[in-house]
Formats: sequence, C-alpha cells, structure tokens
Amino acid sequence: MLTRRHVRQALPFISLAVVLLATFYVQPRAMSYFGLNLMLQYAVPIALATIAQMFIITANDLDLSIGPFVGLVSCIGATFLTQSPLLGVFLLALLLVAYGLIGALVHLRSLPSIVVTLGLSFVWLGIAVLILPSPGGKAPVWLKALMGFSMPVVPLPIIAALVIGVVVHVTLMTSSYGVIARGAGGNDKALVRAGWSMLRTKVMLYMTAGFFGILSGLALLGLTTSGDAHVADRYTLYSIAGVILGGGEFIGGRVSPLGAVVGAITLALAGSFLIFLRISPDWQIGAQGAILIIVLALRALVSYGEARQ
Amino acid sequence: MKALLDKSWTWSFAAALLVWLITITYTGGQGAGEILTAALSFATFTIIVGLGQMLVITSGPGNVDLSIPATMTLAGVVAMKVMDTDTSRMVVGIAAALGAAFIVGMFNYALIRILRIPPIIATLSSSFLVLSCAISYGRGIRIKPPPPLADFATARLWGIPISAVLVLALSIAIFFILRRTLYGRSLLAVGQNMRAAWLAGIRVDQTRFTTYVFSALLSGVCGILLSGFSGGAALNMGEEFLLASITVVVIGGTSVAGGRANVPGIWGAALFMYLLVTMLNTFGASAGLRLILTGLMIITVITLAGGEKQQR
Amino acid sequence: MTVETIVLDGVEKTFGAVRALQGVTLAVGAGECVGLVGHNGAGKSTLMHVLAGTLVPTAGQVLVGGVDVTAHWSPAAARAAGIRCVFQELSLCPNLTVAENVRVSHRALKGWGWKPRARKLIMDKLDGIFPGHGISADDEVADLAIGKRQMAEIARAFTVTDAPLKLVILDEPTSSLDAVTARQLLDFVKAEAVRGTSIILISHLLGEVLSTAGRIVVMKDGMSVVEKSGRDFTRDSLVKAMGSEARHAVRRAGQAASVAGVVLRAGGGSLTARKGEVIGLAGLAGHGQTRQLLSIFARKSAEVEGAMAFIAGDRQTDGIFNLWSIGQNISVRSLAAMRRMGLVDATAETALEEEWKTRMAIRTPDVNNNILTLSGGNQQKALFARALASDAKILLMDDPMRGVDIGTKQEVYAMIAAEAAAGRTFIWYTTEMDELQHCDRAYVFRNTEIVAELSGDALTEENVLQASFAEKAA
Repeated sequence: MLTRRHVRQALPFISLAVVLLATFYVQPRAMSYFGLNLMLQYAVPIALATIAQMFIITANDLDLSIGPFVGLVSCIGATFLTQSPLLGVFLLALLLVAYGLIGALVHLRSLPSIVVTLGLSFVWLGIAVLILPSPGGKAPVWLKALMGFSMPVVPLPIIAALVIGVVVHVTLMTSSYGVIARGAGGNDKALVRAGWSMLRTKVMLYMTAGFFGILSGLALLGLTTSGDAHVADRYTLYSIAGVILGGGEFIGGRVSPLGAVVGAITLALAGSFLIFLRISPDWQIGAQGAILIIVLALRALVSYGEARQ
Repeated sequence: MKALLDKSWTWSFAAALLVWLITITYTGGQGAGEILTAALSFATFTIIVGLGQMLVITSGPGNVDLSIPATMTLAGVVAMKVMDTDTSRMVVGIAAALGAAFIVGMFNYALIRILRIPPIIATLSSSFLVLSCAISYGRGIRIKPPPPLADFATARLWGIPISAVLVLALSIAIFFILRRTLYGRSLLAVGQNMRAAWLAGIRVDQTRFTTYVFSALLSGVCGILLSGFSGGAALNMGEEFLLASITVVVIGGTSVAGGRANVPGIWGAALFMYLLVTMLNTFGASAGLRLILTGLMIITVITLAGGEKQQR
Repeated sequence: MTVETIVLDGVEKTFGAVRALQGVTLAVGAGECVGLVGHNGAGKSTLMHVLAGTLVPTAGQVLVGGVDVTAHWSPAAARAAGIRCVFQELSLCPNLTVAENVRVSHRALKGWGWKPRARKLIMDKLDGIFPGHGISADDEVADLAIGKRQMAEIARAFTVTDAPLKLVILDEPTSSLDAVTARQLLDFVKAEAVRGTSIILISHLLGEVLSTAGRIVVMKDGMSVVEKSGRDFTRDSLVKAMGSEARHAVRRAGQAASVAGVVLRAGGGSLTARKGEVIGLAGLAGHGQTRQLLSIFARKSAEVEGAMAFIAGDRQTDGIFNLWSIGQNISVRSLAAMRRMGLVDATAETALEEEWKTRMAIRTPDVNNNILTLSGGNQQKALFARALASDAKILLMDDPMRGVDIGTKQEVYAMIAAEAAAGRTFIWYTTEMDELQHCDRAYVFRNTEIVAELSGDALTEENVLQASFAEKAA
C-alpha cells in the first residue's frame, strides 16, 4: 500500500532525481562518466560529514563543530600522517577518544550539546591553525590514489556514496544495537528502565560520529591534496541541512542514513547546477537557500496531506 | 519570578571580573579603564543581537535565529545606501533598514509556520537569501555613514559609550517585558510547552511571530549601529555575531530548552567574552591558542554552570 | 504459604524533605496476584520504582528468593530476577516499531534473525492476551493509538527470552483501555497467576482490583496500612481503608435549564450546550471525544458564544508549565484580563493565586513553590483553578480525573456543580461511568461520531454501554 509516509520517505530520492535531471537538461555534457565524477567528487566528504552529524542527531544532540573538525583532520592528514604515519594515526585516534569524552560530558552533566560543540568548534579550529597557520602540507600518496581511483563504468563517488549509505543503514536501522541507539533518541528513560546504559550508548554514538568525521576529513584531503584549517567551515551547515533534506528529524531519534547520503549528494549537486545555470555569483548562495526551502516546502506539503488523511 | 534572578548569571559576571583582574594584574594596572571602555563598546553590539537571540531561544527547544548575521548585513547595507552620507536622509535610512529587517523576521516565521520548517533550517535558508540580497543590493560599494550617526555610535560620556547606556535601557525594558507583560509571559509559557500554552488560551502564533520579528529588528538596529561605528557596512560584518549571539545567551544562563530567559546574564557573558580575548591578546597568545582557550572557556563555563536539571 | 518470590523489607525513600516511603514491607509469593491501592501520593509508584530497580531505597532491604540483593539492585538486576513493569507513563520508544521495542527489553534478541524472533514473541503474546488487537509487529509505536500502545507494552512485559518471568507490575494498566480490552487483560492476569507468575496490580478502579486480586494492600502516606485477602474487602471498606469516606454520588438533579440559551453548537448541530449545563461526552476511550473538545476549543466547525478554557487530563503534555510556580500555573489563563496599561498587575495576580489556592484547597505551604512539588492530584487542582479563575464561560474537560484520588474528585465534583449553577457550561469527556452521574446530559461517541444523546432518567450505565457497543443499526 502506498501511503503518504512512503511518499515522504521517497521525497529525498525524488528531490535528487529532479536536481540531477535539471542539471542534465541545462548541461547535457554532465551526463557522462567524467561529468558525474567531477560534479560528485565532493559529495563523498560531505556525505561522510552528514553521516557523522546524523549519529549526533540520533542522540537528540547537534554538532556545531563538525566543520572545523573535518578541517582539523585534513590538517593532521596533510602533515603528521604524511611525515610520520604512526604519529598521525595516533593523533586521529586521540580525536576519536575526544569525541567519546565529549559525549560522556554532555550526558553526565546533561549539557546542551549546541553550546559544548560551539566551544569545541573553536578548539578544533585553534589546533588546526596551530598545526597549519596557512593552507599547505601534502596528502599521503595512498589517500590521493584512493580518492582519485577510476572505477570502471560507474564513477567512484557514486559507488562510495552507495557503500556508505548501505553500511550505515545496516548498522543503524537493522542491527539489534542500532535499535538501541535509535531508542536512545526516542525515549531514553525507557532504555534506562530496560537496563541499558545511556552513558555507553551516547559515547558510542559520539565516537561513531567522530569516526565518520575523520573519514570525511581524509576523503576531503585526498581531493584537495593539501591541508587547510578553514577548508570545511561550511560543512557544519551542509551536514545539518543534509540530514534534514534526507528526511531526518532533530529530535526523537528519527533518522535515515540512506536519506542523509542522498541529501548530501543533492546539496553537492545543487552547487554544480547553479554554476551551469550561470547565475550571478551574487545570487549563488541565495539560490542554495531557495532550493533548501523548496524541498522542505514539498515535504511539508506531503506531511500536511498525511496529517489530514 | 525567581527564575529570572536565577543565580546562574552570576557566573558570567564573576568570570568577566576574574579575567579583567588577571589582565590588569599582568599589565600592572595599566589601561584598566580603557579595557573596560573598549569592552563595553564592543560588547554592546553582541548584547543587542544576544537579546534577540535570547528571546528566540526562549521560545522553545530547537528555536534559534541563524539569520542574525545576514539581517545585520542587510540592514547595514540598506541604511548606508539610503542615507548616502546625507545627514538629512538619516531617519529615512534607519526606517528603511528596520523595514528590511522586519520583512526578514516575517519571512522567517512564515517559513517556520506555514512550511513547518524547523527554525534552525528556516533561518539558515532565509539567511542565504538575505545575504544574497545584501550582496546584490550593496554591490560591494562601501559608503560612509552620515557624520551624526558615526558620532553617535562612537560617542562616550566619562568613558562610557552612549550606545552602551541605551542598550542598558533596552535590556531593562526587555527584562520587564518578560516579567510583566502578556507577551513576555506568553513567550515563557510557549517556550516550556507550546501545546499546553495554546490550551491555556495563549496566542501562540502571535507570540512566536513577535519573537522572530523582535530578533530581526534587534539585528537591524545592531547592523545600523555597527555600520556607524566602523565607518560603513561590510558584507562580512555579521559573521562573528552568529556564534557570539548564541554563546552569550547560553553562558548567560538562558535555558536552551526554552521557557527561561536571563537578561543580566547576557551582559556578563558578553563582557566576559570580550575581556577574555583582550586578556589573551595582552599575553601575546597566537591566534590558534586564542581560539583554543576561547573554546575551552565556553566548555568550562557551561560545565560549571551545569546543564538543565533533569525532571526527577 | 508458598515461597516468597520477592520481599521488600522496611523500605524507605526520601526525596529531599519529602518522605515518600516510610518503611514499607511487602512480600509477594509465586503465583500471587496482589492488588495495591491508595490515594495519589500514597507512595505506590515510588514503591514500584524501588521494586523495579529504577529508584534506590534510602533504607531497607530488597530480598529475592530470600537473598539480600539491595547492594546491587538496578534495573538490570531486577530484570535478571524476573521482574517486569508496566508503568503509568508508557515506556516504549515512539520512533521504533513494536518488534524493535521488544528488542529494547530483551538483551538476548541479537545477532542474525533477531527481528523475526522479536516479531513472533510479541505477536504470540498479543494474540494470547488481546485477541483481535489489530496491531502489527512492524507498526511504528508513534502511529498507534494510545490504547494500542498500552496493549503492546503490556504484552511486551509478558514476553520471555533468557531472563525468567517471575513478577509483573501493572501500574494502572487499564487507564487507556476500553472495557473489552480491560476485561481481556484482567482475565489473562488471573490465568497467568494460576500458571505461577506473580502480579502486582495497581488501579484506581477498585472494581478491577476487587475482582482480580487475591490479596489487597492499602497504602497511605508512604506506609502500608491494611493488608487482607481480597474477599475480605468490599468497595466501601477499601475506600474507608484508604482514608476517605465513601460517598455515593448523588444523581445531579435534572436541572431545568429553562429558558437559558444555547451557547455552543458543534459537530454540525449534533452537539449543543446551554448556559449552566454540564454535558458529558461518553463512550469507549479514544473514540473521538478529545478531538471533539479540541475542535470546539479551536472554534473549528463549532459556534461558541463566550470565552472558553480547557482543563487537560494529560497534565504533562497538555497542562502544566514545569518551570513555573503553582501560582503562575494558575494565573496564566487570566493574565490578559489583569492588564493595566499594558502591564500585568502584580497585586491582582498574587491575590488571584492566593484566592484559588484556598478555594481549591491545594495542599502546599506556598503558591510560589514549583508546580512539580505538588502531587498529581494537586497539580490537577491547580489546572482546575486556572480554568475556573478565568473569565471563561465554557469549560472543556478532557478526562481530567485520570489518576486522581477519590477525595480530590469529590471536591471537584462539588465545585463543578456550584459553578454550573452560577451559569457556567461544562463539556466533560470522562472515561469513568460514575462521573456521568454529575452530568445533565451526555453524548455517547462511537468511532468519532455521536451515536446517542442521553438525558435525565435515560442517562444510565446500561444505556451508555448499549450505545457504545451497539452494532450500526441500519
């Protein structure tokens, strides 16, 4: 039975199709292996950051530091990871632990995550600026090779996005522990009553978010090939918008990994689309806002009908 | 109304005082007054937008106004362009800028209400549009403010910026609006539980609409003043105020979950944030270190002040 | 007597200055169904939270199978000992499906194929307890009506995987169930007890307790005051033991509403109310009564003359403002009327708060205390005060006596009668048959429609039931 709920869940995919078709219409040459590869390559780090944000949103929190965090990872990657890989890996592991500690702090003191991660965004940026005061450094060779790898037939970014989406979907949406993680967002008291530790759940969610943040930073570094503290400042907003475009909700543990990946790709595509349209640079950012509004308006329309049914 | 005088705001003043004392101890008492004067003039801008952000955050969980920087920029650009350095057009310019801000506020709430978009995304999307408007309208030309506006924005009386005195009056007004007006009490009720507020006969839509428009207007005022203060509008003039406005609200003890506002806390927090940067500059800290310490301070303060006490 | 499954020995619990439990001893044997009754604030819920491991007792012992386990008592330990609970506030995750919620309460449901196993577990139980329940294991809980949620939660408590099932605590399990499903549940409880599972049943519906429980424990002021076999109690003696006098409600005299005009017309004219009338909305729970009240309140497809006030039944989501004092919670509806030159008059506000604290006999030393310092019944009184203190002429009541003790109820019934006599109109959705006796007329709802209008001598329990259950006559 096709209900409006299904329509709403399909909305992220429909929006992606529309943006994709519009892009092809405006610029038919984009409809090629090379064109897609070019347009979508930055979708991979954005999708990874969006997934990171989604894990935090699952816990009813919000991460305002993911952008600077991705920037910091790219700085560490371009310096320590290239020069002394062991130290680089150790530092990245340290970041993962830091994310877990933040999760514990937010939970134990019941702090507003927005404020804590707001403060954290300054910390990440500060460390990144200390490591690389100005853009520079070099990405490890293997990373460049990985991100520049040419897949036969289907461009790498599409495969990568698909893999990310499916892997996260399986762990969060169908595994038995994914149920607990989402339950934490839905009704934490019920979880505690059933004997689960909220502390452990929240730390796990934050560390998973940190893990995907690190992947995002490395993927971005593989594309840009040099580190920059400010390279991902916009990712905070992109990641939140991506989760929401993908059908996620801020509270209640309602998220969709596949939707989030699709939302991230839509955002990345929208940028190329606007360039193809030759919109005045003045209005580029405004048009991005307009796209966001239109998609959300459509969702509201569907949900409205759902409520009336 | 003990809630408004909750002691959480004393933290921010104590921290501000401590940072100031450390700084002047380090400088051997030199420039103690000047530091305070500068802190007051810069904190003033943060306080204006912070008050607006406070009202929005108080209106309930998930409510936050991310369009503050864009609105400030738009108001600044409109004001400068309409005034065109002509003193006689000052009133028209201010009216036009506030009118633009008013429209932004209305648009924000229309998105939230009619399209049911979460406020954080609604104000974010609209800020993109607003910023584009400002860029397109301003066309990168920097126009100086009319002299009286510039004089007013930088005027001081016995070392105290005039604008700070006016903002103090504004803060006191908002303090009483929250305590004793129907709008204020409605806002606090809506922030705690929107459905219960509606069932208690409160005009929820009107209250939330007023709140978003209020915030936009305050952003507008800040944009005009800042343009006067810094010799014209700039397209990036609002940038730092996004995080700053949220920071001062939360450090100031306003509940992020909504329903509890704290006006004095915003003053303490804004002064603290500025004095902290001053202190680090005095110590000669590098940009990176300054950022790290600022971040750690925010986390420390919120950890010490504690989060929401959980119900039961 | 059989071996005792679990014993609470001299348990005390204090919250700050409040002594919620003052040394309660409760022993439950295998296969025993114990009824637990008492006023709101008597300490029943607190005691059950201690039993479930969610609250740590301040003093006293918890013994399982004769072993003292107090030191390591936790929700996980309680589960391992075979204790399950269905609390008053539902503890399902709304964003998960029914099957996924089963997983939350069973650690053993993991690895490959956990989902089919979870589905089977819950569906078997649901079919066993509530035949014809109409719930699917893959329904998202948020999409279920409240009655079905309660059914799913009850069924979940009886599912078994690795941990044994020894004792199930049912705290007001029938509060959202209609008569049919409530009966199914009580029958199941009796059968389950025969199979050796112990049950603790907490309910305000004394009839349920009397007909189901083998032994009844009466609590009062944080202590267990009487403990006897269920057969030795009658409704009256039970009420007496709880400490308030049993008063049989006197049928409200069919008030001759005389010439007083119609002040409310809703549902396309099928529902009308005159000035000074008390109108009941009856029928099975969740058949559209609340929705009718809300649409009247929103003045959607309803003509209403005069101001309205809404008295919520679901206090947490529809009623109280958690951060505010008792006084602020009372005055919020009247602020607009107390304005002077745009400002709310502080003296008038204080006067109003004090007046209504006294008139409603709200038990608090100070109206400036936070609303949450009150017990549930007193919070409800504050909500009544909010509505009655206002300028509202029409009061909409959404089953407001849910979980309120009998003493409070009697006080409020008297208040309603007096206010109606003074010209106010009440529209009263109630799930309790007794309360219809306080109404002049009643509309019976079935499947969101009004199927009968009963008044005067026709307003009887039998007629209401007839209308609630009758098949659609052609």
